[in-house]
Amino acid sequence: MTLALMLEQLLNGVQFGLMLFLMSAGLTLVFGVMGLINLAHGSLYMIGAFLCAAVAAATGNFWLGLIAGIAAAAAAGALIEIVVIRRLYARDHLDQVLATFALILILSEGVRMIFGPFPLYLNVPDVLRGTVRLGVVDYSLYRLALIGFGLAVALGLWALITKTRLGIRIRAGESDREMIAALGVNIRALYTIVFALGAALAGLAGALVGAIQSVQVGMGEPVLILAFVVIVIGGIGSIKGAMVGALLVGVIDTMGRFLLPRVFATFLDASQAMGVGAALASMLIYLLMALVLIFRPKGLFPAHG
Amino acid sequence: MNGFKTAALAALAAGTFTMAKADQISVGMITTLSGGGAGLGVDVRDGFQLALDMAEADNIRLVVEDDAQRPELAVQIAERMIQSERVDILTGIIWSNLAMAVVPSAVAQDILYLSPNAGPSALAGANCHPNYFNVAWQNDMLHEGAGAYANELGYENAFIMAPNYPAGTDALNGFKRYFEGELAGELFTQVGQTDYAAEIAQIRASGADSIFIFLPGGMGISFMRQYEQSGLDLPIVSAAFTFSQDILPAVGSAALGVFNASQWSPDLDNDANAAFVSAFREAYGRIPSLYASQGFDTANLILSAAAKADVSDRDAFRAALREADFASVRGDFAWAANQHPIQKVYIREVVEVDGEITNRIVGVAFEEHRDVHGENCPM
Amino acid sequence: MDSTLKEWLLNAVMVVALLLVPLWAWLANEPFIITLATRIAILALAGVGLNIALGLGGMVSFGHALYLGIGGYVAGIAAHHAFHGTTVLGLPGTNQMLPIWAIAMILSGAIAGVVGALSLRTSGIFFIMITLAFAQMGFFFALSWPAYGGEDGLPIFVRNQFPGLNTLRPWEFFLISYGVLLVALGLFALLRAARFGAALMAIRQNPDRVAALGITPFGVKLVAFVLSGMITGLAGALMADLTRFVSPAMMAWTMSGELIVIIILGGVGRLFGPVAGAAILVGFEVFFGGLTEHWKLWLGLVLLGVVLFARGGIIGLIAGRAHHG
Repeated sequence: MTLALMLEQLLNGVQFGLMLFLMSAGLTLVFGVMGLINLAHGSLYMIGAFLCAAVAAATGNFWLGLIAGIAAAAAAGALIEIVVIRRLYARDHLDQVLATFALILILSEGVRMIFGPFPLYLNVPDVLRGTVRLGVVDYSLYRLALIGFGLAVALGLWALITKTRLGIRIRAGESDREMIAALGVNIRALYTIVFALGAALAGLAGALVGAIQSVQVGMGEPVLILAFVVIVIGGIGSIKGAMVGALLVGVIDTMGRFLLPRVFATFLDASQAMGVGAALASMLIYLLMALVLIFRPKGLFPAHG
Repeated sequence: MNGFKTAALAALAAGTFTMAKADQISVGMITTLSGGGAGLGVDVRDGFQLALDMAEADNIRLVVEDDAQRPELAVQIAERMIQSERVDILTGIIWSNLAMAVVPSAVAQDILYLSPNAGPSALAGANCHPNYFNVAWQNDMLHEGAGAYANELGYENAFIMAPNYPAGTDALNGFKRYFEGELAGELFTQVGQTDYAAEIAQIRASGADSIFIFLPGGMGISFMRQYEQSGLDLPIVSAAFTFSQDILPAVGSAALGVFNASQWSPDLDNDANAAFVSAFREAYGRIPSLYASQGFDTANLILSAAAKADVSDRDAFRAALREADFASVRGDFAWAANQHPIQKVYIREVVEVDGEITNRIVGVAFEEHRDVHGENCPM
Repeated sequence: MDSTLKEWLLNAVMVVALLLVPLWAWLANEPFIITLATRIAILALAGVGLNIALGLGGMVSFGHALYLGIGGYVAGIAAHHAFHGTTVLGLPGTNQMLPIWAIAMILSGAIAGVVGALSLRTSGIFFIMITLAFAQMGFFFALSWPAYGGEDGLPIFVRNQFPGLNTLRPWEFFLISYGVLLVALGLFALLRAARFGAALMAIRQNPDRVAALGITPFGVKLVAFVLSGMITGLAGALMADLTRFVSPAMMAWTMSGELIVIIILGGVGRLFGPVAGAAILVGFEVFFGGLTEHWKLWLGLVLLGVVLFARGGIIGLIAGRAHHG
């Protein structure tokens, strides 16, 4: 095991973490502002990937696909918010979990009815193909671009929330809902915008990741669970928490899969070590989440008390 | 509860209706039509239906139902098909774990089960049964083909990888059973894993000269896409599952040049196959996959037996099935004692033909291959 | 009519119908109907378990599939070792339901105790997520643990036995499941009426006031959570015997979701909510599943409709919403 391999794995972990951040940011924003648990967030990720693949296939241009994916996810998000989600803000978490669970069933089957049962083709854009030399390792240019995208979105979100009028309203909405309504802010419109923004982030993540993964029905659920792990670790409602949580989960998951079988191989025989190591690696992030909650019941960065 | 009663009456009515025509064969197909694995079930169903349509068969009553890839749902559907639809034959299951849940109790109730896809080792070995016929392969078979062909290609240091579940273990064992070179590394990935950056980095660092993977469905698509972008360019050998026609369009050019072992290929040169491939393309507008070919063969096997025996006489019908008197799209077809195929295993290469990504036969791994688990079968 | 009376009548109809329909099916030689009724009874039993935590205690556990799976694996592993004549941890396997049930309940109770003790330190969405995390750990453990089949699962070749009955006959196995369900429903009713149930419901509404009365909310909730896990674990053991198969799918997060769905469809905190919910879910799966491969879309729409417009579940819709919890 060389230092170069360690560094490459670390980079992989960071890249995975930043993709998780794109998913988690929307989820945590919606929870922070509206107090809503949205299990259907993964379905918006799926919609982004499918639309991106369909438009990229029709036009031959990945970037048009990416825009279409983001737009479709945002539109779907706004529609869902107006038709369904709006009725859930005053409800308890149980009703929210159930209703958005129902949305997963509806959206998954709906996407399958439209696009059919087979996975779609979506490839990396030409300019981002191949590898670049980073010191001692050759690294996939596309993955490097994903890191860039993740950081750019994080920066953009930070600017949006701290520097714009919308951001001020979002922050006000997080701390005191009644007050901003009293100040004459159209709270309904604000909620629709925030939800659509979260959906757009999910769609962006789906489209970006779709180029190096399988664009298929059900692709959103595993990511959804991971995104929940991220925001619970980070503290629900906190964008900063989502960033820290996403990087933690990304790095620990990647390093666990890489290192645990090797650790076990020092005292077990090879194939046994591989099995035990892989089994434990798959449980690792849930273990991390349980540990964090046991010691910090509201996550690492509890949002506003 | 009212709905339940009405429904119960409806089921009873359906049951009586079924019994009306005794010379009909009722076939229950339990397969995966929803969720991420739906493509495989759709292909088995379409291939099966195509065979019935081409033969203009009016003596088969086919009931199809979606198992959503859930074992407990598959068991429930099987019970309904046996108990209220009164089917004679069950078929259609895609996944080994669902087959293990359904098959042992179905065959014990004197239902015939013809597997169009899954071939878990337990059902080929100690738990083999006169009512269980596997029309596809035993799980290890194609991986063994990949192992044997890797020797022929001169690979000496392979990195091997599969998901951490029994079919994955079978795959690695099947490969290792025939591969004579060294292993540069051996890895289990998670079931359903979507990111392979960590694995690709380890392959790169291992100094391997080739890669064997078993990553069916979406896992294979993800791996191949990421592998293409990684700059690594080692040759890949695999079994047909990871490079089957249902996912090749989604993998795209990343799959070109991969060798994979299969008992069937769309370009396989025999009359039955030529007719099948062109009829399938005409009916469904896509190239058939391995799974479609297996569904097609399963239906034709049933039709061939139905021409010789009445299904209510199970002994006679089983004997007719054992004759395997049908034109298999894979060419010659014969049963081993455990009622799994003895067959030729080809090596295919992924190529682009007229703008479509598909497979083409480039070699043969085994002339007459049978599975190793059959020796534990008391039949 | 008074809504309490209406609900009581509805409950009586359900008890009788759940017995009479399979009885008729038995006489009419329609074993599949009996199997369906058995499945409803067992799912309802799992729901009764969850209803203690969720309905009475307000603890939204998104990980109850864990206990279902533990119960299932106890039955599967015991039967596996009995079938092969081997031992597990030095003990022989068994194919007798009674000891299997006892072990399933003890083990799922013990694990619910650990999970509860750790999870109850949190609340709200954090509680939902930490219970999910523990269930996911169980799921991945079962998935990658090769000794008992991993993802392929573990078949039970011969259904486990019950003294005096032939469990292979659908009707007799139904009676066992139905009997267990009635006992669990009785226990739930007793619990709800007892001082313990009152304390539990009071904690849900106002934990501080209860604490002021000298009751520790943590202890009461933990006991309820353990009981809840035990009953769901028992349902898992029965479920394994019904399908004669256990697999990690029993512990999947979607299964936890389905258990919640059962309770919501029927009506949260209602004695017979799980029974009504299980009947609807199974009915849906069977009849829409036969009609269209897009049945999940319709299930989603119905579920959404219930959550948005019929908050008391089906029982609430029919009997009115006066009585809750």
